[in-house]
Amino acid sequence: MSEHVPDNPRRDFLRKTLTLIPVVTVASTGLGLGASAVIAEPARSPNVPEKTDAAQYQPAFFTVDEYAFLQAAVSRLIPADELGAGALEAGAAEYIDRQMGTPYASGALWYMQGPFDADAAPELGYQLQLNPQQIYRLGIAGVLGWCRAQGNKPFHEQSAAQQDRVLAALEAGDLVLQDVPAKAFFSLLLQNTREGFFCDPVHGGNKGMVGWKQIGFPGARADFMDWAERNERYPFPPVSIRGERA
Amino acid sequence: MANTLKKVDAVIVGFGWTGAIMAKELTEAGLQVVALERGPMQDTYPDGSYPQVIDELTYSVRKKLFLDLSKETVTIRHTVNDVALPYRQLGAFLPGKGVGGAGLHWSGVHFRVDPIELRMRSHYEERYGKSFIPQDMTIQDFGVTYEELEPYFDFAEKVFGTSGQAWTVKGEVVGRGKGGNPYAPDRSNPFPLVSQKNVVSAQLFQQATSALGYHPYNLPSANTSGPYTNPYGAQMGPCNFCGFCSGYVCYMYSKASPNVNILPALRQVPNFELRANAHVLRVNLDDSKQRATGVTYIDAQGRELEQPAELVILAAFQFNNVRLMLLSGIGKPYDPVKNEGVVGRNFAYQNMGTVKAFFDKDVHTNNFIGAGGNGVAIDDFNADNFDHGPHGFVGGSPMWVNQAGSRPIAGVANPPGTPAWGSAWKKATADYYTHQLSMDAHGAHQSYRGNYLDLDPTYRDAYGLPLLRMTFDWQDNDIRMNQFMVDKLSKIAQAMNPKSIAVLGKQVKEHFNTASYQTTHLNGGAIMGTDPATSALNRYLQCWDVHNVFVPGASAFPQGLGYNPTGLVAALTYWSARAIREQYLKNPGPLVAA
Ligand SMILES: Cc1cc2nc3c(=O)[nH]c(=O)nc-3n(C[C@H](O)[C@H](O)[C@H](O)COP(=O)(O)OP(=O)(O)OC[C@H]3O[C@@H](n4cnc5c(N)ncnc54)[C@H](O)[C@@H]3O)c2cc1C
Ligand code: SF4
Repeated sequence: MSEHVPDNPRRDFLRKTLTLIPVVTVASTGLGLGASAVIAEPARSPNVPEKTDAAQYQPAFFTVDEYAFLQAAVSRLIPADELGAGALEAGAAEYIDRQMGTPYASGALWYMQGPFDADAAPELGYQLQLNPQQIYRLGIAGVLGWCRAQGNKPFHEQSAAQQDRVLAALEAGDLVLQDVPAKAFFSLLLQNTREGFFCDPVHGGNKGMVGWKQIGFPGARADFMDWAERNERYPFPPVSIRGERA
Repeated sequence: MANTLKKVDAVIVGFGWTGAIMAKELTEAGLQVVALERGPMQDTYPDGSYPQVIDELTYSVRKKLFLDLSKETVTIRHTVNDVALPYRQLGAFLPGKGVGGAGLHWSGVHFRVDPIELRMRSHYEERYGKSFIPQDMTIQDFGVTYEELEPYFDFAEKVFGTSGQAWTVKGEVVGRGKGGNPYAPDRSNPFPLVSQKNVVSAQLFQQATSALGYHPYNLPSANTSGPYTNPYGAQMGPCNFCGFCSGYVCYMYSKASPNVNILPALRQVPNFELRANAHVLRVNLDDSKQRATGVTYIDAQGRELEQPAELVILAAFQFNNVRLMLLSGIGKPYDPVKNEGVVGRNFAYQNMGTVKAFFDKDVHTNNFIGAGGNGVAIDDFNADNFDHGPHGFVGGSPMWVNQAGSRPIAGVANPPGTPAWGSAWKKATADYYTHQLSMDAHGAHQSYRGNYLDLDPTYRDAYGLPLLRMTFDWQDNDIRMNQFMVDKLSKIAQAMNPKSIAVLGKQVKEHFNTASYQTTHLNGGAIMGTDPATSALNRYLQCWDVHNVFVPGASAFPQGLGYNPTGLVAALTYWSARAIREQYLKNPGPLVAA
C-alpha cells in the first residue's frame, strides 16, 4: 500500500464538501462558513506520541488523595496490558477531573427537584438527589474510609488483585458505603472511565487516540461512501476533531 | 400580566416535523403564521458542522440536542396504585427541544403504514372475532383509510427526499428481486430516490432471511441515496454513511429535517415568522370554552406574552400536545377507572426486542459505518401478515438490521458473559467491535385501559406548572408477542452462523424500564377517531370540543404501529392541512358533526 493512502479519505471528504456546498441554494445564512472552517484548518500534528502527558496533569476538582484513588481505579477498570495503553495512560483521570467543571457534574442537565425517593425500583431510573461531583466525593471518601477501617493500605497502594476485589465488591453492591449506594458510585466511575478512554481527545481523554486504535474506530473520519458495502477491514487509522492522526 | 401581541391568523406551537409542515401549508394558503418554538435556533450550520459534530461524548452521551430535563420532564409510574417519579435523566426516550424538534436529530427510517393498522379493531374483529381482543385492550380505528392518505404519503416522501424501492406502482409489480417489499400497499409513484446501499450487516440479514424463506426488502430511508431537490426547492447531497446519524445533525445535508427540507422555503415568505426560545404555557379559550383565542408563552427574557390567533396548531410532539390540552382545559381528561373521557387515553409505545450476533474476524461489519434510515427488513411477521390465531396475541413486528452507526462509548456490545471491565472486557471489545451486528424486532404496541396520561399531583416544571404523568407498563399481550418475535429473530441470527448471540427480549412480568433506550415513538393521548366519546380529535385532527385547535402528531394514533411513526405523522399532517385549507377556512367550524 502506498504510504499516502491514509490521506485519501480525508481529501475525498474535502472534495465532496466543496462540491456539495454550492448545491444547497435555499439554505440558511452562514452555510459557507462551515466549509471554509474545515478548509482553513489543515490537519495538525500528524505524529501523536505513543507516550502521553497524562502523568503531568494537576487536578482542579479532586484532592490529592481523591486523585490518587481515581488514577488507581481507572487503571484497573481499563488496565494497560498486551493490547496497549489503559485508561490511566489515555488520560481518563484527567478527563474525569475536567468533566467535574461542566454542567453535567453539577447535575444541571437533570431534573433535580424533590421529593426524592432514593429507594425507588431501578426500573424508574435515577432517583438520587446526588450529582456526579457529590457521588465522587462521597464515594471515594467511603472507599478510603473502608480501606482504613479494614486496616488495609490506602487503595492506590494496594496490589492490583486487592484493588480488583474492592472494585468488584462495589460493582456488586457488597461493599456498603454510608452516604452513596456503591452501585451508583461504581457505575458512574466505570461510565466516566470508558468516556475518558474513548472520547475525542478534545475532551482531554483518549490521548493519542489509544482507545480508538485498539478497537479499530476511525474517529472523526465520518465518510464511508466507498466503504459501506465492503466486507473488509477498514485500513485507515483514526483522526480526531482537532485533526490529529494516530 | 401578559403583554398582548398583534393577532395572527394561525399560531403553531412547536417547530418540528408537524409544525414545519403546517407552517408551509398554511402560509401557502395565504395565512399570517407565527411558529413558537420553546428551544433555541438550530440548523445544519453551526449545529451540524464538521468536524465539531463528530463528537460522541457531546451528542450521544451528554445528549446535547435533546429535551432539557432541568426545565421540564414527565413523571412515570407502572400502575394507578403507584406513586409516579420524575424521569430525571434521559433514558427510554429522547424528545427534541429546539428548532427542527426531534426531526433534526432523528434517524430517518421513513415508512408509510400497513393499511390494517389504521383499522386495527375492525380488522381483528373481522378476522379473529371480538373475543380475540383482550378485555382491557382499547385499540381503535383511526377513522381514515390508507387509500385516503396515499396522496399525502406520496407528497411527504417527495418533501423528505426518501430513498427506497416500490413493490407495486398503480398495481404493477416493479420491485421483485430489487429489494421491494411484497407486503407493502400499492403506491401512486416510485420513491423519489433509489434505495441506499446496504452495509455488510444488512447484507448478512438479507442472505439469512432469504435462506429461511422470508421476504427481505430495503428500508425506506430519508437519508439520500443521491443528490435531490424537493418540491420546495430545498437541495440535499448524498449520504456518505458517516455513522453519526441518530442523535446528530447531519453535516452532509442528507438526512431529511424540517430545517433542511422546509425551513429554507419558509424563510422566503413574508407571512411566516419563527420565534425560538418561546415556551408556550397554555392555549387560551374564550368564555364558551369552545373556541381558542390564542396562546400564552414565555420568551427568552422570561416575559409572559399573549399571542392571539384565529387558529391554534399544537405541534409540540406527542406528550407535550397532551399536556398542553390538559393544562388548557381542552377536552375531557381520561379517567381509567370509569373508562371515560378522552384526553390522555390510549397511550402506547413501541414493543422492542433486540438480538445481537458476534462473528469471527473474517466478517467485517465495521459498525462505525452506518446511516440512520438504512437497512434491510422483513415484514413476514408484521401487521397481520401471518395468522395470529394459533398464537393468541394482537400485533406484529417488522424485523431488521438498521445500522445507524455505533460508536465506542455507548455503542460497544460484547458477547454474553463478558465482564464489564478489566483486561477481559478490553480484549472482547477489541475482538468484536467491528465484527458484530444488531437486529431489532420493532414491535407494534397496543393500547390498554391502564396505560394513560394525566397531570402529576406533585412534581412541577421550571414555570411552576404540573408535569405530565405517564402511567404505563408492559401487558401480557406485549410480552407474549415480544417473546414470539425475539424467537424468530434468534433463528435468523443463528442462520448467519455467528460465534455467539445475545438476546434482549422481555421476560414475563417485566416492568417498563425508564432508564434503557427503547425508541422515541410514543403514541396516543389525543387520539383521532369517529366518536367524540372515545377520541379527542376527529379524523382531520381537529379537536371535537374546540374547533379552531388542530393537533397533529403521533398523539393522534389510537395505538402504536409496527413501523416507525414519522411517515404516518407527516401524511396525517398534510391530510389535516388540506382539510383546513379546503374546508375549514371557507367555513370555520367543526369539520365533522359530533
Ligand atoms: C433519536 C431519534 C431517532 C428517531 N428516529 C426515527 C426514525 O428513524 N423514523 C421515524 O419515523 N421516527 C423517528 N423518530 C421520531 C421522530 O423524530 C418524531 O416522530 C417526529 O420528530 C415527530 O414530529 P413532531 O412534530 O410531532 O415532534 P418534534 O419533531 O419533536 O417537534 C416538536 C417541537 O415542539 C417543541 N415544543 C414542545 N413543547 C413546546 C412548548 N410548550 N412551547 C413551544 N414549543 C414546544 C419542541 O421543542 C419540538 O421542537 C426518532 C426520534 C428520535 C429522538
Ligand atoms: S449517515 Fe448519512 S444521513 Fe446520517 S448524518 Fe451521516 S451523512 Fe447524514
